Amino acid sequence: MSKLSPFNVVSLTLGFVFLYLPMLILVVYSFNESQLVTVWAGFSTKWYGELARNEAFLDAAWVTLRVAFFSSTIATVLGTMAAYVLVRGGRFFGRTLFSGMIYAPLVMPEVITGLSLLLLFIGLGMDRGILTIVLAHTTFSMCYVSVVVSSRLVSFDKSLEEAALDLGCSPAEAFRLVTLPIIAPAVISGWLLAFTLSLDDLVIASFTSGPAATTLPIKIFSAVRLGVTPEINALSTIMIGIVTVGVIIASISTKRAKVKAEADERLAQRTE
Amino acid sequence: MTQTVFAPWTDPAAKPLIRFRHVTKRFGDFTAIEDLSLDIYEREFFALLGPSGCGKTTMMRMLAGFEDPTEGTIELAGEDIGAVPPNKRAVNMMFQSYALFPHLTVRDNIAFGLKREGKPKDEIHARVEEMLRLVQLQKFASRKPHQISGGQRQRVALARSLAKAPKLLLLDEPLGALDKKLREETQFELMDIQEKTGTTFVIVTHDQEEAMTVASRIAVMKDGALMQVATPSQIYENPSSRYVADFLGDVTILEGKATKLGDAYEVHWAEGQPPLRAKSTLALADGAGCHLAIRPEKVEIHGEKPADDNVLRGKVIDIGYLGNISTYHVQLANGQTIRAQSFNTERDTRRAFTWEDEVWVNWTENCAVLLDH
Repeated sequence: MSKLSPFNVVSLTLGFVFLYLPMLILVVYSFNESQLVTVWAGFSTKWYGELARNEAFLDAAWVTLRVAFFSSTIATVLGTMAAYVLVRGGRFFGRTLFSGMIYAPLVMPEVITGLSLLLLFIGLGMDRGILTIVLAHTTFSMCYVSVVVSSRLVSFDKSLEEAALDLGCSPAEAFRLVTLPIIAPAVISGWLLAFTLSLDDLVIASFTSGPAATTLPIKIFSAVRLGVTPEINALSTIMIGIVTVGVIIASISTKRAKVKAEADERLAQRTE
Repeated sequence: MTQTVFAPWTDPAAKPLIRFRHVTKRFGDFTAIEDLSLDIYEREFFALLGPSGCGKTTMMRMLAGFEDPTEGTIELAGEDIGAVPPNKRAVNMMFQSYALFPHLTVRDNIAFGLKREGKPKDEIHARVEEMLRLVQLQKFASRKPHQISGGQRQRVALARSLAKAPKLLLLDEPLGALDKKLREETQFELMDIQEKTGTTFVIVTHDQEEAMTVASRIAVMKDGALMQVATPSQIYENPSSRYVADFLGDVTILEGKATKLGDAYEVHWAEGQPPLRAKSTLALADGAGCHLAIRPEKVEIHGEKPADDNVLRGKVIDIGYLGNISTYHVQLANGQTIRAQSFNTERDTRRAFTWEDEVWVNWTENCAVLLDH
C-alpha cells in the first residue's frame, strides 16, 4: 500500500464527509432516546420497536415492495422484447422513430409522465390503487431496462444465434436456449434497476396512487411534512442498511467473477 | 486392384449434391452474386476462393439458409431448398468466429444439435463421445469455451457442426484465427476428418495456399462471378484468365500480340526484345492482344547464354532468400522484371548469382501460359 500525501488525505476526507455525513447523522439519531430529533438523550432502539408496531408504515412498505416487484418484472419482459426488436429487427419501417421514442421517457420530467398517466387513468375510469402504480412504474422503468439490455445485445455475436438455428433450433428456441442465458446478466441488472427506480419513486406514484394504496416514499414524505420523528430516522436507517448489504453482495460477486475469469484464462493458456 | 481417381465432375452421369442454377443475389442496389451456376458433388472438398467482397460468403450463407437467392434456385440432393429454413436443412456450418455457446461446456456444445433432434439420451452420449474422440478433446469435455485454447475451440466448433452428420458441411474461414503453424497442421486434420466422415465440405477462404492444400476443386471468384472452377493443379498450371493467374501464386505477366506458329504462338511483347514462344490450344487471330503468364519456378537462370528458345538477357536487381528457395528479380533492358526461382538443394554452397550480375533467363515453350483475357 502506498502512503497518501497530506493533500490526498484532505481531499478524501472532504469527499467522504460531504457524501456520508448527512446519512451518518440520520443513522445516529435513529438510536436516540428522545422524542425530539435534534436533542441527543442517550442510546435506545425503542423507535425501531415503535416502527414495527406502526401499521400504516408496514402497509405502505408492503405495497411498495409488491409494486416494485410486479412493475420491474413486467418492465423487464417488455423492455427486453423492445431491445431485441430494436437491435435484431433489421431496418423495419419506423425503427428510427421507435428507437428514439424509447429513450424519451428517460429525459421526460416525471411530473409530466405522472400527470399524463393520471389523465389516462381518469379517462379510462380506472380506480387508482396498486394496479395503476404498477402500470405507471412499468411505463417509465421499461425504458431503462431496454437501454441496459440493448447495450448488451449490440455487443452480442449474432453468429451465436445463427449457429443455434443452424443446429436445428426454431427462432424461439434459439432465443430461449442461447440468447437469453447469455444476456441474462444484463436482464437481471435491468430488473434490479427497475426495482430500485420503483422503490425510489415519489412523484409518479403520488399522481397515480389512490387512498387505498400508498407507497412508502409517499408515506414518509407526508409524515415529514408534519415534522421529522425518530421513527422515520429508524425506517430510513433500515433502508440504508438494505441498500448497503445489496451493494456489498454485488461487489463481492463481481470480484469473485473477475478472479474466476482470470483463473480460466490462465487455464486456457496452459492448454495451448 | 485399380484405384479410381476421385473426379465426379468429369463424369456426365454423376448427380451433383448441390446445384446453383442461375442464382442472383442482390442487397438493395448492390449485386453480390450475378447469374451464377455451379455444381458441387458428394464427398467433394470444395473451396470458394476470392478476395473479400467477392460474394463467397454470400454463397455459403445461401447454402446455410441465412440468405435467400433473389433469383434462381439452389438444389440440395435434387431438392430446391429455397423455402427451407436453416433449422430444417441437412446442412451445418462452422462459423468464422466459431460461435461456441459460452454458457455451455464443450460436451454440451457438441450435443446441442443432437438434443434438438430429440434423440434418446444414450444415443446422444455415444455420438458426443465419438465426436470428442474424432477431434481429440476427451480431456476437455467439461470445460467451457473460454477455458480452452484457440486451436481447441476451432476443433469444438468442427465437432459440433459434424455431430448431426450433415450431408453438407460449410466452413467459413475456419482457420483464419489460428497462427500459421497450427493452421497448416489443422489443414491436414481437416482433410483427414473429411475423408473419414465422407461428408461433403464447402470451405470459404481468401487464403490461396489453404484452398490449394485442402480442396479437391477450387472456384475462384471475383465480383460475384466465378472466374474458374477446377482442381488446384489445373487452376495453378492452366489458369483461364490473367486474374486467376495473378490471384494464385507468384507470376510474371507480359502483355503482347500473338502470331500463330505451328502448334504454338509467338508473342511479340516489347521493342528490342526477342519474341517468346508459347504452346497453347487457344484460337487467337494473328496480331490479337494476349497475356503471357510465367511462374517463377519454371524460369531458369544462367550465367551464360543458353542455346534455347525464350531466352532473355538481364541483370539481377533483387534476391529473396527463403531458405528452401531463392527468388531472383531479373531486370531486362526495357525495364521489365522477370522473376526466377531456384531451389537451394545443397547446404553452404555460395550462391551462384549476386546483385548486378549479368544473367540470362529462359523457359520452355510449355511452361508459359498464353491468356486471351
